[in-house]
Amino acid sequence: MASLREIKGRINSTKKTSQITKAMQMVSTSKMSRAEMNAKSFVPYMEKIQEVVGSIAHGTTDAVHPMLIHRPVKKSAYLVITGDRGLVGAYNSNIIRRVNQLLQERHKSKDEYGLITIGRVGRDFYKKQGHNILLEITGLNDHPNFNEVQSITSKTVDMFSDGTYDELYIIYTHYISVIQHDVIVKKVLPLTDIAPAAKPFIYEFEPNVEEILEVLLPQYAESLIFGALLESKASEHASSMMAMKNATDNAMELINTLTISYNRARQAQITQEITEIVAGASALE
Amino acid sequence: MKTVSVSIVTPDGPVYESDVEMVSTKAASGELGILPGHVPMVAPLAIGAVRLKKDGHTDLVAVSGGFLEVRPDKVTILAQAAENANEIDIDRAIRAKQRAEERLRKQKQSEIDYRRAELALRRALNRINVAQNAR
Repeated sequence: MASLREIKGRINSTKKTSQITKAMQMVSTSKMSRAEMNAKSFVPYMEKIQEVVGSIAHGTTDAVHPMLIHRPVKKSAYLVITGDRGLVGAYNSNIIRRVNQLLQERHKSKDEYGLITIGRVGRDFYKKQGHNILLEITGLNDHPNFNEVQSITSKTVDMFSDGTYDELYIIYTHYISVIQHDVIVKKVLPLTDIAPAAKPFIYEFEPNVEEILEVLLPQYAESLIFGALLESKASEHASSMMAMKNATDNAMELINTLTISYNRARQAQITQEITEIVAGASALE
Repeated sequence: MKTVSVSIVTPDGPVYESDVEMVSTKAASGELGILPGHVPMVAPLAIGAVRLKKDGHTDLVAVSGGFLEVRPDKVTILAQAAENANEIDIDRAIRAKQRAEERLRKQKQSEIDYRRAELALRRALNRINVAQNAR
């Protein structure tokens, strides 16, 4: 059995670790609730833009725009959203596993696709593996607003327009609840699967359909990316919170076990001391 | 007086929601006024102010890009950024204006940078205008 001092030391260090994980858990909890709120306040915008795009794309037959046209795919792009740091449970590895699986299924060589990575973890991983990275963003704010993200989203959309790639998939973590988030693969460009609006309106276009699509579609594609980003952030913080909660719980359990063996060792020492005293006393008689 | 409900929505959340008598704004193709019962219409917006007339006074909202969707009973403005006049951070707008002007003065730069600086300047000027007009 380990000595008393050793056990005491382990209890202390575990206690300190648990204090840190506890603090990180609380930080993540507050960040998560804000991220969740951000994702929620984005919903009305997304719903509205979807509705308008749906009723325009399905209401008019003469609507033609490069973003709506499916062109032969020479190169695909994948936008991978990961976090900037570890200590978030399986959040990052789930995404990366899904992406690897996808790439293996669909592509034979690394020349057929490019990656756009958001987050340090994804970037480091794919750089190491020698993948072709088209664009990388790290150090994104925990609560991104649309303005900050716009340079990323518009660059991504521009690369589709100028033919750097012919289709864009986005792989992100869909936030369902604090304990449930799913990795989702969504095709963003070209915008071929736009859901028709529930009750399409016949609109007048000012000045004409083409010019409206010119404004509307990039904005729509950017919104899709932004929405995915918000959900990913919420999932990341939720994952981090859960991971830290588990760590704290484990630490508490460990402390309990250690305390029991500490008490046992102490009792054993006392018993031994008594035995020795009694033995000493009886030797004197 | 007949009214039409207006909502101005941005990716960061709704900014303005109310029933108004008239909406007037600057679309990409020119000034646009909308009264209740307007035919359904979609138009892209320029960087500018949206004026919302209501009970004898006018609310001003600064809008940067986006578009306008009109239905007979509802007007929706989907903008990338929008601020109520009294929520505009004027100091920030003035700083943004100075930054943009400085960038525009610099020679030798790519066309994209130039255009970006120009847009930034327009947004800043719009915010300053709206904030001052509201006072």
